[in-house]
Amino acid sequence: MSKLNLRNVVKRFGDRTVCDGIDLTVDEGQMVCLIGASGAGKSTVLRCINLLEPIEDGEILLDGVDISVPGLDPQSVRARIGIVFQSFNLFPHMTALDNVMLAPRRVRGRTRAELLPQIEEMFERFGLADRMLNYPDQLSGGQQQRVAIVRALAMQPEVMLFDEITSALDPQLVGEVLDVLLMLKQQGMTMVMATHEMGFARQAADKVCFLQNGRIVEEGPPEQLFDHPRQDATRQFLARALK
Amino acid sequence: MTRNRTAGPTRRELFETQQRWRSIRIAATSTVLVVVALIVLVPLAPGWAKVQQSFFNGEVLVKTFPKLLEAFKINVMIFAWSAPAIAVLGLLIALARDTKSPALFPLRIFGAAFTDIFRGVPVILTVYLIGFGIPGLGLTRPWNSPYIWGSLALILTYSAYVAEIFRSGIDSVHHSQRAAALSLGLTEGQVMRDVVLPQAVRNVVPSQMNMLIALQKDVSLLSFIGPVEIFRQAGVFKSLLANFTPYVGAAIIFLIVTIPATRYADHLMAKQMRERR
Repeated sequence: MSKLNLRNVVKRFGDRTVCDGIDLTVDEGQMVCLIGASGAGKSTVLRCINLLEPIEDGEILLDGVDISVPGLDPQSVRARIGIVFQSFNLFPHMTALDNVMLAPRRVRGRTRAELLPQIEEMFERFGLADRMLNYPDQLSGGQQQRVAIVRALAMQPEVMLFDEITSALDPQLVGEVLDVLLMLKQQGMTMVMATHEMGFARQAADKVCFLQNGRIVEEGPPEQLFDHPRQDATRQFLARALK
Repeated sequence: MTRNRTAGPTRRELFETQQRWRSIRIAATSTVLVVVALIVLVPLAPGWAKVQQSFFNGEVLVKTFPKLLEAFKINVMIFAWSAPAIAVLGLLIALARDTKSPALFPLRIFGAAFTDIFRGVPVILTVYLIGFGIPGLGLTRPWNSPYIWGSLALILTYSAYVAEIFRSGIDSVHHSQRAAALSLGLTEGQVMRDVVLPQAVRNVVPSQMNMLIALQKDVSLLSFIGPVEIFRQAGVFKSLLANFTPYVGAAIIFLIVTIPATRYADHLMAKQMRERR
């Protein structure tokens, strides 16, 4: 059984159809990259999986259980699925440490003292050991994004979603954030990532999906999709993206 | 590539210094002209001697000032217990109006009606209606005190304004903050308490400072229902001495408090603008 399963997911904003029947399977420990032009629906897919956007039609299965049932309590699902946003969205009035501790304390009822050793270890692993007590505006973009990843990981999610997490970063900071993802992949985290980093997708993804107009036009292992795309649309997109 | 700083000011620095001195000279000259004009021209007005005698009488001022200061303590007292109550009630009303649950619909209606009513009625009317009306129900001492019901009138009126300011603060927190907090599994209530409210409150501190300053002045409206605070005390002196100078004295006392507070609020506002760039 696959970890995450989207079946014919439809999402509309008013009369604009953003996801037009998305089918997607993500296996345990897999890294799936969603590529495509801005507005193709990549971000919306991720927000739907996290139940930040209710879907119009279709179903989303986590471990075979439909989590898109209307009226389902979203909190318990969200605690199992972490998401990291393009614009970091750290809480500006809290230190990096408090940003990370908030959800485990509130949702899981853990105390600061219980959490500290494990969170300290995460900060260290992600090269942020001396940044724990800084506020977000005292951190570089790359550091902020790594804190945002630690914050999501601190809930010990089963699936991580990444929504163009390097798009707002200066080019020289992109590497440090992508390195963190490679580390997570090694640890066997299940990940879905919307990205414009074609080089990274080719190197790290188990599966790449090309989206256009709210549909997955083509999917496959990166070698196949990047080197031998079957669809014209994919070829045209890659020609522009890899230029 | 770096320029040697010991080489003296750059052309632009010299020019800017020159410009700055020029501005200062012009401002000083025009200020002096205006002040001189006032000092020379106002006493030339036909009624000046009388006005000076009844509004700017040094002797009366010196004699009444300590008593006015004494009466001002009552203003401070009423202010001191009203302000925290307003902050709490204002916040509760703001939160009530932003609830989503259908069970709390009556609360939302109540919040909306509350702000509509108390922002729509002049403060002085609310003070009269509550200050005279409620003790008129036949309450006995100490429950018929104008201090209690007058303060309540202020609290209700100001809470309505303060609630609206809190709501604008809540709206000013970017929705991505809510999304981030929700995505971590927090409940709506936790998102509000831990993420949205702390930022919202910080955003509206300068505006709320202005409400405090306004409240400090409006405490004087309670004089109409009894308490002998500074405005009433000045009125007593006016009748006693047939002189308006005590009102000027009262105004001076208010300014001593409100001017620093206003400056501070402006400072906070300017600081916030800078931080937001």
